[in-house]
Amino acid sequence: MPPSAKSVLQAVASPVGRKVLTGLTGLGLVLFVIVHMLGNLTYLQGEDAYNLYAHKLAGYGVVLYALEVGLAAFFVLHAYIGISIWLRKRRARGGRYAKYRSARAPSRQTFASRTMIVSGLVLLVFLVLHLLHFKFGPGIGEGYVATVDGEQVRDLRRLMTEQFQSPLYAFGYPLVIILMGFHLRHGFWSALQSLSLTSPRLSRVLYPMGAVLGLIVGAGFILVPLWIYFSQFI
Amino acid sequence: MAERMTIHLSVWRQAGPDAPGRLVDYTVEDASEHMSFLELLDVLNEQLVGRNEEPVAFDSDCREGICGSCGVMVGGIAHGPQRRTAVCQLHVRTFSDGDRIVVEPFRARAFPLVKDLVVDRSAFDRIIAAGGYVSATTGGAPDANALPISKRAADEAMDYAACIGCGACVAACPNASASLFTAAKVVHLSLLPQGHVEADRRVMAMVDQMRQEGFGDCSNHAECEAVCPKGISIAGIARMRRAYVRAALR
Repeated sequence: MPPSAKSVLQAVASPVGRKVLTGLTGLGLVLFVIVHMLGNLTYLQGEDAYNLYAHKLAGYGVVLYALEVGLAAFFVLHAYIGISIWLRKRRARGGRYAKYRSARAPSRQTFASRTMIVSGLVLLVFLVLHLLHFKFGPGIGEGYVATVDGEQVRDLRRLMTEQFQSPLYAFGYPLVIILMGFHLRHGFWSALQSLSLTSPRLSRVLYPMGAVLGLIVGAGFILVPLWIYFSQFI
Repeated sequence: MAERMTIHLSVWRQAGPDAPGRLVDYTVEDASEHMSFLELLDVLNEQLVGRNEEPVAFDSDCREGICGSCGVMVGGIAHGPQRRTAVCQLHVRTFSDGDRIVVEPFRARAFPLVKDLVVDRSAFDRIIAAGGYVSATTGGAPDANALPISKRAADEAMDYAACIGCGACVAACPNASASLFTAAKVVHLSLLPQGHVEADRRVMAMVDQMRQEGFGDCSNHAECEAVCPKGISIAGIARMRRAYVRAALR
């Protein structure tokens, strides 16, 4: 007998279902930030590369639109469950410990794991601002026009250059990215554990990979803004 | 000759569930390094009774690390700083002469405080009652080797069966989650043929009961594994999740 809609909903809302969803959406978002980071690096490939990349991406039309809707749903779900896990945890403890410390290995409780709610909330606020500045920021109508392959396209390169020439953006952005690095540090392995895709033996490799991933993705994101900021003085 | 030590304790004192609680400082002088931590509390209580004061209430039974009755936070860690050791088997020699040690009850909303260091862990009993048993009639002991169980399954089932239900996992978890306890029970039974029959129903019911008791969600801190006196692995939690998803889809 196939499961009823009610039992599926119950399973999704269960402590296991919530973790599976957090892990699944988290891994999807990891994939997204990697692609986004690689896309940003095209800025360094010369005058037209970044606008060409953005233009090609926009050329996917309906497919891109569908991906964006899916991505938005992943963000919302991930954030919603993450916040509710934090709220439930506060209720579940009851009184506070006068003294509490980690017993250390094999515990994976770290600064990163304990501050998932902080890094997550900062990323959420950042995401809204980031979308307003870039995705829904000035376009062709506002004079941000470039010509790529004989076609008039939105000059995202100019927008990006202008934004990151301001010290607020050039240094504020890396701070947020560092928090994202911490989020990935615990989140990558945690997602795999939530999805039962790891084992004690695999974890010996996969857990450190979270740190490597956080460092690489973080460095990739931070490179371009700092490049733009410091290039204006050369 | 046993070395004698002076240990300063800050013990959580609370007369009852609704009474206000606070840390009270005591000093035990001339404690033997070979005493267990609970024996240190016994000595303290003798002193308190001698002074006509209320002794510190704490749970204990077997005092050999297998019953799961004892369990307090010692210096901020469930069962104290020594790995794979219940507090009844933690020796005073683990500490240094003159140390000050904070002793608190396991804190979780699902473990309401009864008195001082005693908490009510019957939430665990209700999780077991929801499905942590085998109701298939298994008859008498089967002939040797009549029921094939691989060495690996037998070993793993034993590893999870080692859970003594002390509640340290909940106490140490930053989220007060009971995932390790529930997983140990679910996985231990599902690995053995007698437990297969009810495997789906068991995992669904026990996870649901865990939620109803008000334990927090798991955030994969793995702090539970680090404090578990039996060293039960969080691989069990991953197994429980897999079993749950499989059961939910059937």
